[in-house]
Amino acid sequence: MEKPRPLWGNPLQFVFACISYAVGLGNVWRFPYLCQMYGGGGFLIPYFIMLIIEGMPLLYLELAVGQHMRQGSIGVWKTISPYLSGVGIASVVVSFFLSMYYNVINAWSFWYLFHSFQDPLPWANCPLNSNHTGYDEECAKTSSTQYFWYRKTLNISSSIEEYGSIHWEQAVCLILAWLVVYLCILRGTESTGKVVYVTASLPYLVLFIYLIRGLTLHGAVNGLIYMFTPKLEQLANPKTWINAATQIFFSLGLGFGSLIAFASYNEPNNNCERYAIIISLINSSTSIFASIVTFSIYGFKATFNYENCLSKVILLLTNVFDLEEGALTADNLDSMKDYLISTYPNQYAELLPQIKNCSLEAELDTAVQGTGLAFIVYSEAIKNMEVSQLYSVLYFIMLLMLGIGSMLGNTAAILTPLTDSKFLSTHLPKEVISGIVCFINCIVGLVFTMEAGNYWFDIFNDYAATLSLLLIVLVETIAVCYIYGLRKFEKDLLLMLGHKPNWYWKIMWAFASPVLIISLFIFYLTDYIRTGTLQYQAWDATQGQLVTKDYPSYALAVIGLLVAASTMCIPIGALIIFIMKRLKKRSVSTLE
Amino acid sequence: MTSISFSVRLEEERVSFWFVVTDSARNVTTVPGSEVEAAIRMNRNRINSAFLLTDNTLQFLKISSTLSPPIEPTVPVWLVVFGVVLCLVVAGILLLVVSGIRQYKKKNHESAETGDLEDNSNTPVTTENGIPCDILDLKAGQINGVYAADDERLTPL
Repeated sequence: MEKPRPLWGNPLQFVFACISYAVGLGNVWRFPYLCQMYGGGGFLIPYFIMLIIEGMPLLYLELAVGQHMRQGSIGVWKTISPYLSGVGIASVVVSFFLSMYYNVINAWSFWYLFHSFQDPLPWANCPLNSNHTGYDEECAKTSSTQYFWYRKTLNISSSIEEYGSIHWEQAVCLILAWLVVYLCILRGTESTGKVVYVTASLPYLVLFIYLIRGLTLHGAVNGLIYMFTPKLEQLANPKTWINAATQIFFSLGLGFGSLIAFASYNEPNNNCERYAIIISLINSSTSIFASIVTFSIYGFKATFNYENCLSKVILLLTNVFDLEEGALTADNLDSMKDYLISTYPNQYAELLPQIKNCSLEAELDTAVQGTGLAFIVYSEAIKNMEVSQLYSVLYFIMLLMLGIGSMLGNTAAILTPLTDSKFLSTHLPKEVISGIVCFINCIVGLVFTMEAGNYWFDIFNDYAATLSLLLIVLVETIAVCYIYGLRKFEKDLLLMLGHKPNWYWKIMWAFASPVLIISLFIFYLTDYIRTGTLQYQAWDATQGQLVTKDYPSYALAVIGLLVAASTMCIPIGALIIFIMKRLKKRSVSTLE
Repeated sequence: MTSISFSVRLEEERVSFWFVVTDSARNVTTVPGSEVEAAIRMNRNRINSAFLLTDNTLQFLKISSTLSPPIEPTVPVWLVVFGVVLCLVVAGILLLVVSGIRQYKKKNHESAETGDLEDNSNTPVTTENGIPCDILDLKAGQINGVYAADDERLTPL
């Protein structure tokens, strides 16, 4: 008798697992950036429209398919049509690439977390140079938080060609991150189901604490006003709509096979329609919630820097022109500057290069996304708060929970098809299969801990999943609607849920979502082709800032390989099945 | 014994002064500048606190102050925390793996036991449908009385 399929302990575990997977670092570090760049409060309009057109329908589709077929991604697509087994394999390959580089972020979160137990925080001050007469040169050119990130955490080299050696501190943090992931997935849904209670709820607690702390910070209001002022003219910019669609798409984690895997452990009559709506709404509201927190932090940081800049200018002018203390204040600075220009034109002209024009808008305009936001901007804001150690610990625990929650989904996407396959599960217990997958990922991930590792990380981050996922989800939607048949799918849903899907779902599945994905796909392709050579941002230690460089040819080859490895699985899978069927037919006909 | 004499000249709005150090022991000659500089460098803290000022508010021209190095704890704190977390995680993994192996062994042992029990009960008596076979070993078989008197119901050919 076959072993019964493991199930979630209760439906809440399934919902928490999906939320924990979908609500990840992208909600915290990408959405606020997009909001700022593409129209502030006005960005919410295209965002919600895209949620309704593609987010909810595609999420429902994946959950329903997984729950009905009760298998991982490879099994599901093989069942729908043997020619589509390549789609499942492509999903597993993309999930594999993702898990290789994503856990490195958790390693960085661990690193910062462990360093938060010091007073003062290590990124608060620059280290001194060798004869203690001033600060370290690189640190003096940039800021102490950037120095801590680029030099102490990454120990980054100046270009992707210079490999350098493995940074052992990062390597042990990476090993620890993989051990934590292994601990959570060791027993399958039994252990994952308990862990997701924590990974799904703790980030909200921390975000709430930060919301209160952020709103009470001096200058937070500036950030919030800046973010939420709608710049409606951005709605005419096509990039706004494309970025809204892309953000919804990748934020929900469609196409990796994780949602199919999670849904396959459901009871067959679980109401996945309701849960699809709930999960997508929670994901989007978390993005908005996180951007409120982020912008109050931005506002605080920008105001702090602006006031620092002003007081430096005031000190400089007071010293040079021998004015009495308190003669120059922030309010009368402009009028006093004009007075000084007219009375002492020569001296003022000499001083001009040193006087910076302090502007609050310029400080707020420094929109950052990605690791720069999470590890540089936030740590800079934290170091200026009181009780900074506590806030630092809370913040990095939140990043860890978000990252580990997403990793659980990624590894589920890889392991569910592997444990479903009879060949592997009869020979090896699932603990050993999980262990082997974690081990291989860990070894490959050590590449990202080298000095040039961050540049390879950016390659994986930008290219491993983007194009392939669009293609995978497009094939998935077309497969379910046209190859499997929308009527058959409706009947399956009637069997599972007790009611047929209404016209909104059917229209979105059959027309709106495929059209949208095709247009996104075309946009990405034309964008890649138009920009010609691909470039990256390299850290220049002598200048203390990022410079743009071209990728060398072998890096371009790796990018091409990454994209091809997953996308080619689909046609190659179909071709192999076609050839196998032909051979079988031929052998059958020769027998007769 | 040295005595310091000051000649204060208010040149600028800021409070600043020049000073000359004379050595009364050596016939009131001025002490060379390099020695004074070295002495000030060594005792900067004492001089600062004498004026109730700090490095930022009392500046000696040509003597740049050395910054105090950040406090480095003897054991890097992050390694300690890392070690604690690592031990906890490894302990958790070992616990789960060992309990998993034990459950697996118990299941194997149980299924082996139930298999043995069934074999034991079968060897002495062979049964078919609960009736011991030797009773059923009749040559003629048994006539079922229900169907005995039914010849009239058979349809004639």
